[in-house]
Amino acid sequence: MAKVEKSTNTKKPGRLTTLFNRLKSRKRHALIPFISAGDPDMATTKELIYTLEKSGADIIELGIPFSDPMADGPTIQASYERALKKGATPGGVLKLVRNVRRHSEIPIVLFGYYNPILAYGLERFAKNAHASGVDGVLVVDLPPEEAADLKAALNAVGIDLIFLLTPTSDSSRMDRVARVGSGFIYFVSLTGVTGARVKLSNKIPSYVTKARRHTGLPVGVGFGISTPAQAAEVCKTADGVVVGSAIINIIANTRGKKRVLSEVGKFVSKLKEGVDRA
Amino acid sequence: MRGPDKNGHFGIYGGRYISETLMPAVIELEKAYKKWKVDKEFKEELKFYLQEYTGRPTPLYYAERLTKKLGGAKIYLKREDLCHTGAHKINNTIGQILLARRMGKKRIIAETGAGQHGVATATVAAMFGLECEVFMGSEDIERQKPNVFRMKLLGAKVTPVTSGSRTLKDAMNEALRDWVTNVYNTFYIIGTVAGPHPYPMLVRDFQSVIGKEARAQIQKQTGQLPDLLIACVGGGSNAIGLFHPFLNDDTVKMVGVEAGGHGLKGHFHAASISGGTPGVLHGNKTYLLQDRLGQIKETHSISAGLDYPGVGPEHAWLHDTGRVKYKAITDKEALAGFKTLTLTEGIIPALESSHAIAYAVKCAPKMKKSEIIIINLSGRGDKDLETVSKEFKFKL
Repeated sequence: MAKVEKSTNTKKPGRLTTLFNRLKSRKRHALIPFISAGDPDMATTKELIYTLEKSGADIIELGIPFSDPMADGPTIQASYERALKKGATPGGVLKLVRNVRRHSEIPIVLFGYYNPILAYGLERFAKNAHASGVDGVLVVDLPPEEAADLKAALNAVGIDLIFLLTPTSDSSRMDRVARVGSGFIYFVSLTGVTGARVKLSNKIPSYVTKARRHTGLPVGVGFGISTPAQAAEVCKTADGVVVGSAIINIIANTRGKKRVLSEVGKFVSKLKEGVDRA
Repeated sequence: MRGPDKNGHFGIYGGRYISETLMPAVIELEKAYKKWKVDKEFKEELKFYLQEYTGRPTPLYYAERLTKKLGGAKIYLKREDLCHTGAHKINNTIGQILLARRMGKKRIIAETGAGQHGVATATVAAMFGLECEVFMGSEDIERQKPNVFRMKLLGAKVTPVTSGSRTLKDAMNEALRDWVTNVYNTFYIIGTVAGPHPYPMLVRDFQSVIGKEARAQIQKQTGQLPDLLIACVGGGSNAIGLFHPFLNDDTVKMVGVEAGGHGLKGHFHAASISGGTPGVLHGNKTYLLQDRLGQIKETHSISAGLDYPGVGPEHAWLHDTGRVKYKAITDKEALAGFKTLTLTEGIIPALESSHAIAYAVKCAPKMKKSEIIIINLSGRGDKDLETVSKEFKFKL
């Protein structure tokens, strides 16, 4: 991991676009692990990010903890509660990304709820996120209708604002989201909250195919995906796969930082094998 | 002044801050409401149930002994406590379940704080034979046991919510999580004038029957318009219901009474406008009790129905424009108001409504005897007897 030069010129395509282009030319898919920033603490999160990268992650999704995560299931709710108790803040998350950037250039997407970002100040958030080396932002409770202000602030500094499509999205929603989104489209695999599921929806291929009729952006699929086999299945049609709660369960249920890092590393390597099989 | 605009904004407040999964559902609801609210048959059916099932119109009662005791303005009580199920909440649940039926939804969910909205939802679900699940904070289940039992008797499933502060805010989180999961077959009956558009407008319209009746009744009884309207504000559904039909009457002043808990200086209150700042929660932008980092604070009120860190976006807007004033009443003052009304008028009010009474106790003596106050008596106090008996150290 070489020391990284000052990054992201607003004129150049961002790290996310560059990555997806590179993967596409090699017929590969993106593995996108999600972890909550600050669970169990910021220092561990930093090492986890390096471990994820070493184990084959292509993009890191970093959750900004929020007191009322309406779109999340029990695993991520509990994870956010732990992180908040340890003092996680949006400013702290940006500082973490800045630290990570000293040794890694892996694309980083912040995943969160609108209120903490609003309280931080949209322009200040965009400016500091850019300075820290953030590549994309996804705000679960911010549909295109309400996103103009944040979109403008992030555009000004060249950070992608990523939007969700879901099984309930009809053609008009898909067009609407495709018009404002950049970086990639995050397709939610099911109607529901985040969290590991035993079975994968068999409709994912048709969702992805439908989404591609409305957008030229890469399509990542997330929510409910927790095994290497499921990751492989998803990547038969999608450009990338997000796995979150399954990793957070390992972090929550493993004692000792060293073991957490090694168990997460092992699991993510297996996910990577799955993604590469597709 | 009229709101919301076509995107559901009241000034800078309101809107739709929800997951993309739910966007088609709220758009579908908005379209359905637009279609049915002007439909003759829908309007007749709504009117029928409000009249024959709920018991509307509710009386506007001149509280003579209370007026004499306070020695100032004449006090009238809008008796929403006399509605079937004991509070104004049913005005809205009837309206929404009629929509749900027309939209072909087979399952109803709701969040509840004091349990009044949960009971009102379980009631109409039972009447129409629809499956019903109510989410309720485990702390509220503890302090509002009679309502939990009523919901269960009515055939609803009551799901305890153990996350966060275990009160109304967390119940709403859980209801939203259920809705996002079962969005195809489920209708979410929100109980207050909050949530993503069109809910704040929809609930307001269904509750406006309160103000429409009161406006006609006071003119019939006194030949004039009131000088002041008082209603308690948690999310603010009973208050907007009373206020809205009077908004264009410039001489009518309005006060929304928030839950001051142990006082606004500490953290133990639920006065979102008096003690909060604008932010985004539960689908809308509004005043919130939050820390400077945008994390939502835990709230406190002696009344479970006001124990919520947000407020309806239209109230936020009415506050900013100055049309409505918002004041806080402490737990202690509310308890005193509870006692005063019970002893002077023989009416046991809900602890929520007792906040409105307590504010009248403060301001009526300073007003002229020719002036008129209407207080929205939003609910009856049976559900609060356990809480109140503890406060008054009375063994039940």
